[in-house]
Amino acid sequence: MKLELRGISKAFGSFYANKNIDLLVDDAQIHCLLGENGAGKSTLMNVLYGLYQPTEGEILLDGNPVEFSGPGDAMAAGIGMVHQHFMLVPVFTVAENIALGSETTKAGGVLDLQVTRKKIREISDRYGFDVDPDAIVEDLPVGVQQRVEIIKALVREAKILILDEPTAVLTPQETDELLEIMRQLKANGTSIVFISHKLREVRAVSDVITVIRRGEVIDSVSPESSTTELANLMVGRSVELNLNKAAATPGEAVLQVKDLTVIDPAGSTTLNAVTFDIHEGEILAVAGVQGNGQTELTEAILGTQAVTAGSVKLAGEELVGKSVKQVLRAGVGFVPEDRSVHGLVTQFSIEENLVLDLYDRAPFGKGISMNLDAIKKNATQQIKDFDVRTDNALNPASSLSGGNQQKVVMARELSRDLKLFIASQPTRGVDVGSIEFLHRRIVAERDKGTPVMIVSTELDEVMELADRIAVLYKGKINGIVPGNTSREVLGLMMAGVTAEEAAEQAEFTKSDNEPVEAVPTSERSENQEGEGQ
Amino acid sequence: MTSSTLQPAITVLPSKKTPIILTAIAVIVFFCFGLMGNSQSAHFALNSAGDAFKLPELVFPGKASNIVIGLLLIAAAVYSWLQRKKSKTLATWIIALAAILFVLAFLIWVVAGADITTISLASLLAGAVVLAVPLVFGSLSGVLCERAGVVNIAIEGQLLGGAFTAALVSSLTKNAFAGLIAAGIAGALVSLILALFSIKYLVNQIIVGVVLNVLVSGITGFLFTTVMQEDPELYNSPAHLPVIEIPLLSAIPVIGPILFKQSVIGYLMYLAVFIVWFGLFKTKWGLRVRAVGEHPKAADTLGIKVNRTRFWNVTLGGIVAGIGGSFFTLVAIDSFTKEISGGRGFIALAAVIFGRWNPIGAFLAALLFGFADNLQVILTIIGTPVPSQFMAMMPYLVTIFAVAGLVGRSRGPAAAGEPYVKE
Repeated sequence: MKLELRGISKAFGSFYANKNIDLLVDDAQIHCLLGENGAGKSTLMNVLYGLYQPTEGEILLDGNPVEFSGPGDAMAAGIGMVHQHFMLVPVFTVAENIALGSETTKAGGVLDLQVTRKKIREISDRYGFDVDPDAIVEDLPVGVQQRVEIIKALVREAKILILDEPTAVLTPQETDELLEIMRQLKANGTSIVFISHKLREVRAVSDVITVIRRGEVIDSVSPESSTTELANLMVGRSVELNLNKAAATPGEAVLQVKDLTVIDPAGSTTLNAVTFDIHEGEILAVAGVQGNGQTELTEAILGTQAVTAGSVKLAGEELVGKSVKQVLRAGVGFVPEDRSVHGLVTQFSIEENLVLDLYDRAPFGKGISMNLDAIKKNATQQIKDFDVRTDNALNPASSLSGGNQQKVVMARELSRDLKLFIASQPTRGVDVGSIEFLHRRIVAERDKGTPVMIVSTELDEVMELADRIAVLYKGKINGIVPGNTSREVLGLMMAGVTAEEAAEQAEFTKSDNEPVEAVPTSERSENQEGEGQ
Repeated sequence: MTSSTLQPAITVLPSKKTPIILTAIAVIVFFCFGLMGNSQSAHFALNSAGDAFKLPELVFPGKASNIVIGLLLIAAAVYSWLQRKKSKTLATWIIALAAILFVLAFLIWVVAGADITTISLASLLAGAVVLAVPLVFGSLSGVLCERAGVVNIAIEGQLLGGAFTAALVSSLTKNAFAGLIAAGIAGALVSLILALFSIKYLVNQIIVGVVLNVLVSGITGFLFTTVMQEDPELYNSPAHLPVIEIPLLSAIPVIGPILFKQSVIGYLMYLAVFIVWFGLFKTKWGLRVRAVGEHPKAADTLGIKVNRTRFWNVTLGGIVAGIGGSFFTLVAIDSFTKEISGGRGFIALAAVIFGRWNPIGAFLAALLFGFADNLQVILTIIGTPVPSQFMAMMPYLVTIFAVAGLVGRSRGPAAAGEPYVKE
């Protein structure tokens, strides 16, 4: 089916998330929408899927104008969407999830899941999905859940499939499998709108790439364009893609984590006897697919997560059992994974946010009063040092863009004398320009001799920053490998294969078949913004 | 390579909760009910009037049987500690068996120590079902609402509203069935307010529910003193629903009176439990309702009207609870009095949780609470050594233990209590 968007605009109040967008998706074409977070890709797709009503413009299917008052209409017209956050009911079976909304029934509205099961098996066999119709969705790995979403669209006979940031939650191997599935779907005549900000994947699979920036279509280009070209189009200026960090000069092992174990109230082990150390002047990156214990690990060190067993020693001092304040005072700088919830009090001013952890001590606090002059001076200095784009330090933190918010958090945490710096998802949802800046700051902190721990689900970021890489899988450290370990090996380790086996397998596949277009190291950093919007 | 591949996991033993509870039970039974128990025998009659054939009376020597039961429970407790040491979880049937043995030991102990050492097990169970009827309807209302994602604290108000309206309408029309229908409507009206404020105006569902309980209590109390007490003949002498006996079947000992000698509302109860269970888990309607309660956004993206589904489910829940309330004034008691529901709406709420949001589970939980309630009444009559005030606490103690201790970690519908707003 051929899809055409003509002059689509979507305004929220006076703000235009989409402005006069024209887009043409041909029959059996993989059309990529490339753009940074907040560029308006998802808004556009929600308009197309009937979740939003366009302020202006029209949608044409095979040349006929259509109007959708809700997702039901869009589905009926042959449009299917796989959302970034899966729209699956976790406690339902695969068959129940797929039947939902278009159930086959016997007399009296009694569910007939047999028909649905048969359809699932058909599609599953055709594309080699290997999905059990009676499995409970929450027990399935993320990659399989995504296939359930795709089956859901195919069962409803979608001719156009929208995939919204589908690779954000996948391991590199799962990503490759998904790209293969997309090619198969295309061969069967399905058109695909592929939303992404990851240049590697976009170039590997697209027929046409449309770049969107600040709600407007910038250009449509062919996938042969270089990553630098695409990155420049996406950001709107030329981007420096290479970090060029110097080799690490590790000193003593200052942080020693031993057998750290966390069991959540429901009784499942989220962190399982994790043991590692970090040396002075070294960046240890913790890699892994989201939800494998990363959050628990950082929070257990900080003290916001109850530890079941194990110890965390910083320069010989035990941190487990200490209050968060004591841990911070011991010299731990902490950038939480969700800055707007845990990193900032968004209603507070930038000035106040910059001293959230220091307000009670000199020079900012004295007795029961705060020294407002010192706070103001500090803010002026930090805003200059970290290039925070704002016209007034008294503006609330919520007025800042994602990148600038992250700069405020980072500035605050780095303003103390640190013995350990932990940054969780340091560049999630941050624009490319700020990523560059934040990365340089992290490396600068390392070069001062501070041990640094980076937790990131973005493999590109891990590979860019790390001197050593620890891979977390189901709450266990599945091996610690050098920073220059290949993407293939890391990908396998993220899926639970041990370091040694992963190295062997990667060697084997390299000679066997061509992996998805490898990107040279120097062109990598553009992929690093996160998936959250 | 500084590889620290897969170390052995640190073993953490399962929770001590179950073994501790079992040990406590075993000790109480062995020492208090057994060694220190009364040596008279406890008699349990299995027949009631009108039974087709006679069953022998069950006789337990008080002291001896409780020492035996105590030893069995001690064995179970020891076994549970051993299982824990091996990091294994205890089989559910052992826990269930221990619970039944405990109840049995308790019964033998009180009955053997009472002034009259005979009680009728048949009427104990039949009475339990009768007391459970409003609880079952109330908990079905809770299940219907919460499965769709709306927390219904207003069950108490719906029961009370139903009881009042049934009494008033049935007195005025001299027709009990008119009272029954009116009770359903009254329950639905309470639900409409709950739905309007929690779904449309996004007010906190718990607060709306609490306020509704107070509101209904106030209105019915006011109308009771100003209208009903002015002319009780006219306004508060409801026509009653007859008890319908099914010939032959009702003469089966023990289960006959429970299943086949009920009022219309009693039969409706069994029917409603089945219909709600079947509807929720076997039909298209139920699949959609559960989806709306678990992940409303997913349901929305599949073209299901989330708020409309919630609205109708809450209304339906109100009708069910209203009918349950009519049991007070159309079957159980002669006329309406203030606060006639007496907090049973809250016990019904506990039954929802204890029954894990499943209609059949909620039904069984309500029966358990009804049993505790009736046991207290009967034990007070036969004159037990335990003060009657403690006996009166029993239904509530059972509720607290059931909900807090024995359910384990049960998981309700994920989106219950959260209003759904489209972006």
